[in-house]
Amino acid sequence: MENGGLGLWGVPLAMLAGAIRVSTPFIFVSVGECLTERSGRINLGLEGTLVMGAMSAYAIALTTGSPWLGVLVAACVGLLLGALHAGICQLPRVNDIATGIGLMLLATGLAFFLGKPYIQPKAPNLGAIELGWWSGIPQVRQALQVNYLFVVGIVSAFALAWALKNTRWGLIVRLAGESVDAALAMGVPVGRVRLIATAIGGAFAGVGGAFLSLYYPGSWNEGLSSGQGLMAVALVIFARWDPIRCLWASLLFGAAGAISPALQSVGITEGYYLFSAAPYVLTLGLMIATCSPERALRGAPGELGAVR
Amino acid sequence: MIDRFTIGRRALLGGAAGAAALGLTGGADAQKPLVIGFIYVGPRDDYGYNQAHAEAAAILKKMPGLKVQEEEKVPETVAVEKTMESMINLDGATLVFPTSFGYFDPYMLKVAGKYPKIQFRHCGGLWTEGKHPMNTGSYFGYIDEAQYISGIVAGMTTKSGKLGFVAAKPIPQVLRNINAFTLGAQSVNPKITTQVIFTGDWALPVKEAEATNSMIAQGVDAVACHVDSPKVVIETAERAGIFTCGYHCNQAKLAPKGYLTGAEWNWERVYVGFVESLKANKPLENFVRGGLKEGYVRTSAYGPAVSAAAKEKADAAKTAILNGSLAIYKGALKDNKGNTVIPAGTSYVITEPKLESMNYLVEGVVGSTS
Repeated sequence: MENGGLGLWGVPLAMLAGAIRVSTPFIFVSVGECLTERSGRINLGLEGTLVMGAMSAYAIALTTGSPWLGVLVAACVGLLLGALHAGICQLPRVNDIATGIGLMLLATGLAFFLGKPYIQPKAPNLGAIELGWWSGIPQVRQALQVNYLFVVGIVSAFALAWALKNTRWGLIVRLAGESVDAALAMGVPVGRVRLIATAIGGAFAGVGGAFLSLYYPGSWNEGLSSGQGLMAVALVIFARWDPIRCLWASLLFGAAGAISPALQSVGITEGYYLFSAAPYVLTLGLMIATCSPERALRGAPGELGAVR
Repeated sequence: MIDRFTIGRRALLGGAAGAAALGLTGGADAQKPLVIGFIYVGPRDDYGYNQAHAEAAAILKKMPGLKVQEEEKVPETVAVEKTMESMINLDGATLVFPTSFGYFDPYMLKVAGKYPKIQFRHCGGLWTEGKHPMNTGSYFGYIDEAQYISGIVAGMTTKSGKLGFVAAKPIPQVLRNINAFTLGAQSVNPKITTQVIFTGDWALPVKEAEATNSMIAQGVDAVACHVDSPKVVIETAERAGIFTCGYHCNQAKLAPKGYLTGAEWNWERVYVGFVESLKANKPLENFVRGGLKEGYVRTSAYGPAVSAAAKEKADAAKTAILNGSLAIYKGALKDNKGNTVIPAGTSYVITEPKLESMNYLVEGVVGSTS
């Protein structure tokens, strides 16, 4: 302690810091996928979109010197990949799960191929807001360094939740997701709605990727995502298709991921493999705790292929 | 001229290659370049393990009469067999270096049995005489000697007395590095502790960054690591303004302020040795090992934060290792659970086989192997 350590207090602090640092890609991917799934489409390719977004953001930030331009390009790349997925899925007798997996492999492979020259060089990073100015403890200050994208992620989760509930546009999206027949009877162009929702969902995932390569951990390499995109898609089901709950689930996931290194750093070192599995155990536990024999998955959009 | 005869390209290359390998024809290797294959498990520009090999391969490329074939990101599965076969059959490689630990058994052994005239040398030190075929072999370096020097420099630089070590898995080679690093630091200040965090795998960027950050939160002010690519650890530490010691290859560029020194491989020494034996038609060695003295490992040039006193201590230790007067592992040595692991009066040379099965963390390391 005399050396500036916080002892056991470091663990909750590290979990808070972990929630802030690690959760952002989860927030973006899950909020984006939430929108896509509410329109009745599943996009499993978001893992690939995340990696592609990370690569393109890093490449653009490196060549132009502007990380924010990188974020923008990552969003555009995500938009295109999302639109591609939606476009393919609109063809007759196309399975969106299979297409999603195909696009995931395509996008990761493409990102690895195009990203080769960018592994070595160092691109400028996105800055952070210092929210810990009030504290004299450097650890607290460090934990409260918040990236702008984290704030954007939180705001967009609330905005999406509000829009889905209160706007005409949100009603159309939900309608397309709940019942195609009703939507068609209302004159809603289901295909176009899903195309737009999937493209926007892809753009969100692209921005999540940009966070990975431009802020935390803040460099581009091929193991960067290691399945985070897939986990985030699963989080949407866990969060019962509610953007706000997606946000909480992502934060929880980030915090749980920080448990293992945090415990090891205060000297609780036995069984760290078990602690490393904490996020997944936690997810399973919560899934079991919240499931009910009385009702099916509540909140699941009626048209969603996976739960029908 | 040979084109007039209907000899397949594969058969021709295979024959010529085999002949060159056996040293039967003096003329063949003058016309045909010697083809050498390198196989990496990850990207060759990862600032880490694979880059250390690729840098040495790049030096071989410049040697006359030599053709180097590389393939990266080859998984430790049956895929590596296919890569080896295509290097042998299509490119005419007569010497293959599968550089990743998991390539050895069964993949390399299987291909080596199929092509007895081709030479295989594997990085990792798994080859045993009598057990494995004679056209295979292994090479490795005692990099813990370089880690000991890093430990001295980190120990002289730290203000909090807390060092950190981000490690992948608790296997003997990793434990040797953690222990040597700690013993080096303790040689200048016995009170120093090393906090170790195991991430669980060789390349987990987000976990490595988290591990580094949570150690910084506990007051650690100098970190070393043993993961495939130290880039994330070094960059995270540099951003937080603490000191770093590199691993695998030189990462000074990633941390211009905080980089102290690092433990680097010097594989070109090993590879050039093999190639020269091959060119001189001498049989290739099967078991190659070496440390600082043999030049198989080296330390990075000192960074700007290293004090003159630290340089002096580190250089003195390096000289002592080179002339054999310093043993890193000597008794009485206790592990961090209080058991005596090396009795008083015993001192191990770096080649001691008992060190190869190290399964403990020495006193002063905060962490556990399970």
